[in-house]
Amino acid sequence: MKKIDRRFFLKAMGVTAATLAVGTSKTTAGDPAHEVGDLPELKGILFDATKCKGCYGCEYDCAWEHELTEPDVIDEDERRKTDHTRRTVVNKYNTSKGEVFVKTQCMNCNDPACGAACLTQAMHKTKDGSVIWREDKCMGCRYCMVSCPFDMPKFEYHSTNPKIEKCDMCYKLQQQGEMPACAYNCPNEALYFGTRRELIFEANKRIAENPELYYPHIYGEHEAGGSSWMYISPVPFEELGFNTKIQNKSYPSLTKGFISSIAPVDILLPAALLGIYEATKKPKSGTHEKEELS
Amino acid sequence: MNKAAPQPLYLDNHENNTFKFILNELKPKGKIFTPFNIISVPVIITGLIIMYIRFTQGIGSVTNLSQEVPWGLWIGFDVVTGVAFAGGAYVLVFMVYILNLEKYRPIVRVTVLNGFLAYLFYSAALLLDLGRPLSIINVIIGNNFGVSSVLFLVGWHFLLYMLALLLEFSPAIAEWLNARKARKFLSGLTLAAVIFGITLSVLHQSGIGALFLMAKDKIHPLWYNAYMPLMFVVSSVFGGISMVILEGSISSKVFDYQLDKDHHKQHNSILHGLSKICAVGMFVYLFMQVLIFVHQQNMPYLFSPMGYWFMFEMLGFVLLPMLLFFQSYRTHNIGMIKAASVLTLLGIVLNRMNISIIAFQYEAAVRYVPTWQEFVVTLTIIFIEIWVLRWIITRMPVLRKSPDWAKSNH
Repeated sequence: MKKIDRRFFLKAMGVTAATLAVGTSKTTAGDPAHEVGDLPELKGILFDATKCKGCYGCEYDCAWEHELTEPDVIDEDERRKTDHTRRTVVNKYNTSKGEVFVKTQCMNCNDPACGAACLTQAMHKTKDGSVIWREDKCMGCRYCMVSCPFDMPKFEYHSTNPKIEKCDMCYKLQQQGEMPACAYNCPNEALYFGTRRELIFEANKRIAENPELYYPHIYGEHEAGGSSWMYISPVPFEELGFNTKIQNKSYPSLTKGFISSIAPVDILLPAALLGIYEATKKPKSGTHEKEELS
Repeated sequence: MNKAAPQPLYLDNHENNTFKFILNELKPKGKIFTPFNIISVPVIITGLIIMYIRFTQGIGSVTNLSQEVPWGLWIGFDVVTGVAFAGGAYVLVFMVYILNLEKYRPIVRVTVLNGFLAYLFYSAALLLDLGRPLSIINVIIGNNFGVSSVLFLVGWHFLLYMLALLLEFSPAIAEWLNARKARKFLSGLTLAAVIFGITLSVLHQSGIGALFLMAKDKIHPLWYNAYMPLMFVVSSVFGGISMVILEGSISSKVFDYQLDKDHHKQHNSILHGLSKICAVGMFVYLFMQVLIFVHQQNMPYLFSPMGYWFMFEMLGFVLLPMLLFFQSYRTHNIGMIKAASVLTLLGIVLNRMNISIIAFQYEAAVRYVPTWQEFVVTLTIIFIEIWVLRWIITRMPVLRKSPDWAKSNH
């Protein structure tokens, strides 16, 4: 029997070593934040709610660029949400400082929850800052939708080969050296495209130069660990329907503790179990021992 | 199903008739028009039609899932709840193979079989819910391992655990096929399968709790906490054992003719032992719930509709069955054990449904309510599973004793 135990032990070592290898590689390969390195050089878009006049032009530009259905703005007072047919919507809010229009779309987080959730790396944070969805990898489990604190990935429930729709800051256009369609076409300069570093600088400058006009906060600078889309507004963000419960730590940080405990458990638990087995084994003759294993 | 069912024949290797034997075994045994069959067959047929519609017209055609609530009954009940119910398999093999508690050996095989079939069918339910099910291959062979994903780790631990369960059960298949050499080899692998099976179980049971960690703002604070992985493991212990108690009680009635007299005597003693494990497990769980409640300062939420719902779950389906388990252990009341196990199982359903569906997006304007199609498909999966379980139990030595050659096998 001793020999077999040793074999078990070696097997255990082999499997645990393999697990350890998988476990350690994740900290470097799977973590977008490490991959992109210098975070402030990510590209992003700043939305200035004081400049948006509510022309809905960006909705049309987005729909044309991504071959989606044309927007249907019938009632301006209706609160619309993005869905599988539209990646962005503009809504009107009646606030303490009058009418304010807000554009909503995926925030393209620095350390996106959807990217950490995705088990096939279909959701991916690129070096340029876009969080892209890759059709050939996705298996449609919708865990990204469960995880996203902004509820932004949208799923085609009535398709047999469903896609996830969400803003990727026109990743294809950016690859060709062009600007995202909405930022390029905005007639009121409400959308400002640049690196995150530039955007934060610009936003702070606008707030500092015009403290009467702006509420002193950049939404997206720290929310959910920071995002490529950022907002400045004349009123507190609660009034504009923003989720202000969002934590400042990135959402993937909530699962880091669990994920890093998997490898140790995979290694230590089998060893402990084998130990308990040996300790509780009753000394019997060969015949009985065999039976015990059946 | 009836008492006059013929004793199964064992395959005789000398005549080399494996094919004939299996063909013969595939034929139904027992009565065809039993109440269970009459109920289950129409449900299964309806369910299969719904599955066909789902694959030809999309998930939205048969479910009420929305952009805000992307996981519904198929994930919340079939997978999240079902995995906890199947937890009995890892707890029992731990007791029998690792702690060498011989008393529980008679129920190990049926529990492992239940666990294996449960996992097999939950995987099927999972495939139904995937929008692009063929791409699941990316998770297994692809070069796109999302190793920072909890779901990826759960998926792999799930898959490997199914293999471990199959290995743990495989000696019974070998005995059925009269494959003596194979049985010897397979039972030699049991301990390894058990050790890795328990490890994989602890990790995927906790992983299912960890799945919801990123949904921090969506789950009501009474249910969301950073210790969800731990809570899921602890509750899978008593949830799984309660399922073993319930299933054992049902199958010892239904498959009465398979059992010898010793088994009946042992069965009550086994139930007492199991009820004690449940009682202690639930005490630990409740204690942890109280700690979390105090630590997170959840008191302000308690006197609201969600708060009453939380108390209903904790007092009615954790505290009450826990007290019943303790009481039944002292008074040796078998009926009370069964009642407590049913309450516990309902409590597990409540808890898992609360986290994945009811307290999920609790502020959403439109609440998710499953369609009848979702219920029928869920029932279909359970019924098919019971059909397969019954097919195996009436043929292989699961509840009845192993053939004589297997006992004296060196």
